[in-house]
Amino acid sequence: MTLTFLNIFIAVVIAIAFVAANAAYLVWCERKGAGFIQRRPGPTENGLWGLLQPPVDGIKLMTKQLMIPGGVDKIVFIIAPVLAMFPTIISFVTIPFSDQIVAHNMNIGLLMIFVFGSMSAMALLMAGWSSRNKFAMISSVRAVSQAVAYEIPMLVTTITVVMIAGSMDLMEIVHKQGGGFWHWNIWPLQNGLFNVLMPFSFLIFFICSLAETNRAPFDLGEAESELVAGYHTEYSSMGFGLFFMGEYANIVIGACLTTILFLGGWDCPFGLFPGVWWFLLKIYFLIFTFIWIRWTFPRTTIYSLLNLSWKVLIPISLFNLLLTAGLLKVF
Amino acid sequence: MYRYFSEIFSGLWSLIVGMRITLVEFFKPNITLHYPHQTVKMPARYRGHIELIADEEGKPRCVVCGMCEKACPSGCITLEGEKPEGSKKKVLTSYKLDFTKCSLCGSCVDSCNFGAVEYSKEYNLASTRKEDYHFDLLKRLEDRHS
Amino acid sequence: MTEPIVLQPDETFVLNVGPQHPATHGVLRVKMTMDGEYIYNAETVIGYIHRMHEKMAENRTYSQYLPNLSRLDYLSAMAYSHGYVLAVEKAAAIEVPERAEYIRAITVELNRISSHLVWFGAFVLDLGGFSPLMYAFDDREQILDLLEGITGSRLTYCYFRFGGIYNDIDEDFIQGTRQFIKRMRKALKMYRKLVTTNIILIKRLKGIAPVSVDMCQRYGATGPVARGSGINYDVRKNEPYSVYSDFDFDVPVFTECDAYARYNVRMEEMEQSLRIIEQGLDKLPDGPVNPEKKPKAIKLPPGDYYSTVEAGRGSFGIRIVSDGDKNPYRLKLRTPTFSNMHLFDEACRGMLIADALAFMGSLDLVIPEMDR
Repeated sequence: MTLTFLNIFIAVVIAIAFVAANAAYLVWCERKGAGFIQRRPGPTENGLWGLLQPPVDGIKLMTKQLMIPGGVDKIVFIIAPVLAMFPTIISFVTIPFSDQIVAHNMNIGLLMIFVFGSMSAMALLMAGWSSRNKFAMISSVRAVSQAVAYEIPMLVTTITVVMIAGSMDLMEIVHKQGGGFWHWNIWPLQNGLFNVLMPFSFLIFFICSLAETNRAPFDLGEAESELVAGYHTEYSSMGFGLFFMGEYANIVIGACLTTILFLGGWDCPFGLFPGVWWFLLKIYFLIFTFIWIRWTFPRTTIYSLLNLSWKVLIPISLFNLLLTAGLLKVF
Repeated sequence: MYRYFSEIFSGLWSLIVGMRITLVEFFKPNITLHYPHQTVKMPARYRGHIELIADEEGKPRCVVCGMCEKACPSGCITLEGEKPEGSKKKVLTSYKLDFTKCSLCGSCVDSCNFGAVEYSKEYNLASTRKEDYHFDLLKRLEDRHS
Repeated sequence: MTEPIVLQPDETFVLNVGPQHPATHGVLRVKMTMDGEYIYNAETVIGYIHRMHEKMAENRTYSQYLPNLSRLDYLSAMAYSHGYVLAVEKAAAIEVPERAEYIRAITVELNRISSHLVWFGAFVLDLGGFSPLMYAFDDREQILDLLEGITGSRLTYCYFRFGGIYNDIDEDFIQGTRQFIKRMRKALKMYRKLVTTNIILIKRLKGIAPVSVDMCQRYGATGPVARGSGINYDVRKNEPYSVYSDFDFDVPVFTECDAYARYNVRMEEMEQSLRIIEQGLDKLPDGPVNPEKKPKAIKLPPGDYYSTVEAGRGSFGIRIVSDGDKNPYRLKLRTPTFSNMHLFDEACRGMLIADALAFMGSLDLVIPEMDR
């Protein structure tokens, strides 16, 4: 018992370190990526290729004054940024990076990630509500309706994968896809089933994770040309910093989940040398795609976002669920 | 039903086209100029603040006619001159430019019939004090020639 | 401004957009009464950057007022100077050499493209896409370099003089412009692929913010806003001034009346401007660029003069009342943005805030020009 507790404690510490390092350096990646796409160098002044920019930014944020505007609901206002960061760190505990590297594998790992994942919408709502700022208010309402609309197709596609794997254990799901890229869930053909809709399922899952993490083109929550800075308009210093890190940590979680569910986790595409590096390669490729998409497209509006979810994503994912269930029953 | 699917696919295709364009741009070289480390050469006609032009002896060509003073829309220029004894021409004794008011329109250079003022090519002008931009052009001319 | 009397439903709140807000591109303030995310009523408040340009004219000579014209609309400054020099030349009966007129037309059109490029970038930025802004600025930079080479300035050119221009153009400029035309045609194709046909952009703009012909006429909207509503009116075609009657170009008109139509009008206009520049360079006559006797101190005969040009944002009119003195007695500037913007109050009722800000972007507002 004590051993497990210690294990989890160490795992959480490592998870925090991983999340913080990722969040900090993803900001750097984002700025570099945006720079290259827009044909400028991005950060260059601090250190080689601007590599010292994230720590410098961190120090800047920490040394700033933590402003709490008059009239805000203080307790909720302070809890909100913590709540934005906390669930993502917890989610990392159960994510298997490879055969051996997993903090605490659970047989309901997937469920746990979704439970904690939906808490971040709560954090946005709390931040927007307590700020007593009209822009923040509108933004948080948007964020919640978006989260609700996109949770459904995301869960439905996940259930499809769970049905194929027959387990909610993330290790088990990856093991089922082992042995080369043709076994991955992204392809129509695996385990003797021929399901044409699987690539679309992957796409739906990817779009949903974009929307869940409030990334462009679905960044309605912090649409800076409409709502100034959205739900974190009134936050300063590390309050803002936590939201910012939470956003990037969410991206990492989204990329990890997509990799595990559809891209075979730590499995090597050619069946050789599976290991943690394949996992990292896959998630960073997905993260690059996140960045790439953000700097390409304009933002959607709330109604086209909801239209997309209810009229396109949900019907297709439901149909895929039925198709998969039927195929599993027949074969 | 057909329109529903054709819209999904044409929409998806337009997104892929857009992403291909940004990916191509991603691998193109930078086009920005890294300003404090690299600087631009101003074109020959660049209009900076004005400077006096000296003649062969290093004295200003200005004959103190006051046309530039009159032409200036913002009243940035104040100049004074005096007639030394035994000389027909006036000699410039002070030429002050208040650069804080100047809008770089070039009316002064246009109005000068004697070719006595020109544009400088200076563009790195920044200061926290207003007084730094009350230029004494006569003094600047002497500094350049000594 | 009188408060419009509206019966407020119980659950509205007032959202104060501006004077410092990322979407207003300047110090414009809009008081929006919101019902949730829907706009119940909006009221634009202007005057935050009023600089009394009209009054300043009364205290200056005609030539001293030239620099002011570049400071109305800092994005297409050439067209505004053009309007002013045309008005004064008409009144004082100053002959302009043909070469000077051609150079004026070429530079004005170049400036129009650069202005539309800024609008394009800023508009897509309003809609949330950042990269097109940078690509547009890269192309605009070429124009600014060209114009800087001949005028000596990058935004506030002050290039036109009464009876001519400040400096003749050189071979570098002509070669550079020809190269730029090629480059710009390629870039416009790229914008079409990257932005115009993008499904997200189409979903955001099609059918959004309809402005009827009637509304345009009531508010006096001109330029791309009117042409996007199907009004075929362009001063360059309808009342040709300068040498515009020599050029062969089309006036793009779209009848959809929505934000996408206004977007398309401006994108088409850039192509038409390229055509004008190309023809101008081909037809460019030799000769002087200033009249032999440069007019020095200009005094207009007493009277009332008006001239209008097509600026980047619509028709810019300038009215000079002279009493024979060396200063104008009264000078009135009719700026297009001022009329175009006032559509906003009426047209944005019942819109979502995101659509309203897209609408505002499609009007292409330049606040200093509106407040002057």
